[in-house]
Amino acid sequence: MTVPLDFDAVRLADVSRHFGRRRALSHISLEARRGDILGLLGPNGAGKSTLIGMLATLVAPTSGDVRYGGRSARELGPPLRRQIGLLAHELHLYTELTARQNLTFFSNLYGLDPRPTVELALERAGLADRADEDVVGFSRGMRQRLALERALLHAPRLVLFDEPFTGLDDKAVGLVSARLRRLAADGAIVVLATHDLDLADGLVTRVAVVQSGRLVSDEPASAGLRERYRSLVGTA
Amino acid sequence: MRKLFAPLLIVTAGMFAYAPIVIANTRYESTMFLVQKIFYFHFASWMAWAAAIGVCGVASAFYLFRGSPAGDRLAVAGAELAVLFGAFGLVSGSLWGRKAWGVWWQWDARLTMALMAELIFVSYLLVRKYGGPGAEKLAAGMGIFGAATTPFIYKSVDWWRTIHPQTSVVRKLGDGTVPDMYFAMLYCSVAFLLLFASLLTIRMQLEGRRAELDRLYLALEDPS
Amino acid sequence: MTFAKAAFLVLKKDFTIEVKSGEIVYTTLFFAVSCVLIFAIAFVKEGQPVEGAGAGILWIAVLFAGNLALGRTFERERYGETVRALLLAPAPRAAIYVGKLLGIVLLLLAAECLLVPMVAFLFHAPLFSRPLMLTAILSLGTLGFASVGTLFAAMLVRSRTRDVMLPILLYPITVPVIIAGVLGTSALLQSPVDEPMAQLWIWMLVSFDAVFVTLALWTFEPLMTE
Repeated sequence: MTVPLDFDAVRLADVSRHFGRRRALSHISLEARRGDILGLLGPNGAGKSTLIGMLATLVAPTSGDVRYGGRSARELGPPLRRQIGLLAHELHLYTELTARQNLTFFSNLYGLDPRPTVELALERAGLADRADEDVVGFSRGMRQRLALERALLHAPRLVLFDEPFTGLDDKAVGLVSARLRRLAADGAIVVLATHDLDLADGLVTRVAVVQSGRLVSDEPASAGLRERYRSLVGTA
Repeated sequence: MRKLFAPLLIVTAGMFAYAPIVIANTRYESTMFLVQKIFYFHFASWMAWAAAIGVCGVASAFYLFRGSPAGDRLAVAGAELAVLFGAFGLVSGSLWGRKAWGVWWQWDARLTMALMAELIFVSYLLVRKYGGPGAEKLAAGMGIFGAATTPFIYKSVDWWRTIHPQTSVVRKLGDGTVPDMYFAMLYCSVAFLLLFASLLTIRMQLEGRRAELDRLYLALEDPS
Repeated sequence: MTFAKAAFLVLKKDFTIEVKSGEIVYTTLFFAVSCVLIFAIAFVKEGQPVEGAGAGILWIAVLFAGNLALGRTFERERYGETVRALLLAPAPRAAIYVGKLLGIVLLLLAAECLLVPMVAFLFHAPLFSRPLMLTAILSLGTLGFASVGTLFAAMLVRSRTRDVMLPILLYPITVPVIIAGVLGTSALLQSPVDEPMAQLWIWMLVSFDAVFVTLALWTFEPLMTE
């Protein structure tokens, strides 16, 4: 029986990406390890989403490479994606299906036993009583909770969140933050891209600031995140 | 390639300068007389067209699977030349048809198919222009599929009864009874292929300059 | 997660969505039927259908309806960007393509089950004289068209100009399918039935399908990653 694929760290080595004349990312070198909550901070258009896309194997770099435990996505093949979970702004839900159907589909797709997995996910999302309603009727907050559970169904090693707090009320933000902390404590590598400094403050363990495609700083998180960010990026 | 370019250009120019003499020296075809002689350029341009399509298809594959930017440049050059030589073939065919059959256009299978295939490469250029970000990849997909479908288009023509004389003419020319016509056909085909190679080289150099310019723009922003 | 299982899951998911709303199935069928009726108006002279028009009309209806269905199927994946979620599945990415392809083929075959009797009836076309060969031509032609169509619709899913670009790109490439389909079906409509001709076109479709399904399987992943 083969050892299931796993890794301790994901590393971007001198990664660049450009679209014609427009540079999206420029010579970024970054590493995230188990237990880290790495905050990718920066203004809109800085390249955070492109970075997340690269970590998720959806975007290819034009130079440099991304290594998962020392190996590239190409070497590792489809099984690598078993260890990657992505929650982006678009939520990745089929609105024509019910919550249960959405979760069942993705459980099956990841080779998980649907019934126990789906029940647990529904409970965690607090949607057990609305499980058989179409997602189209859910509020933004409910969809977000469902999308969060969908992304984490397969307990991936690398958890990627791209602006997960958009449009959430206070309670929901608290739930998501608590979830992130728990994931990191359980040994996941968490990468969180956001432009909301107040939410990142106190949540992230490392901070990588990206501006105009360049890595401006990569350091452990400390108190006074907003001031530190301002000094690096300016108030523009 | 640089070193070969000047001689290539000279040989091409020379061949084209001499071509009218070669063509004038061929005998008249029995039914169409002088008008038939447009065939030598008409057929030759389809040869160049086929070469352009092949280049576009293979280069697109290199770009798509290997990420080779040179592949992308070669693909766009090939597609533009396919449109160019195809247009030449269609126009010369139309002119010939007017004289030989009395109409500017016939819904003849061969001509229709050539028009369809030409459309593919016009679409290639449209995709590059209007496809938005990532258009080069979409176009590469189009290039590969376009090149792959062209032989099928050609084959469907062969199996569909047609009034178009070409297939039989070419075969007839090859059997040795009309060496001067056969020679003229080959000569013009070679001339057009050399023209294709010259234009391809020029176009590639242009794209190479553009890529260099992009690289400089990007490098400008780097602090290192 | 094997290739076949992943493809089947995608197909099942699309089927589940369709069963609930029926949106694509009903609109596609209705569109195909109205195509045929519109052609009926154009091609019926003095109460008699134009000789031999049946084959062409059948195929045009299938192709137009197919174009619509392709657009709608991938529109569904565009909303909520579920395409990305599918690409993130731990299965070979080409399996997604196969799942979608099967869905489209089944949909078009269902449309053809409706269209063939309709065209036969309205245009006095003896389409049932050689049912096996007709089935072969229709299924192979549908597969050929759908194989290229599914790939192009997928690669255009994030493009702004998708609705316009899909037919522009798709129809020229699938010209051999159109020719083979129409001429093969026409051959079956002659009296007496021109069997060798029909067989010739069937072979053309077989080779087209083999080449293009393979090409699509190869190019799906590179085309879908940015």
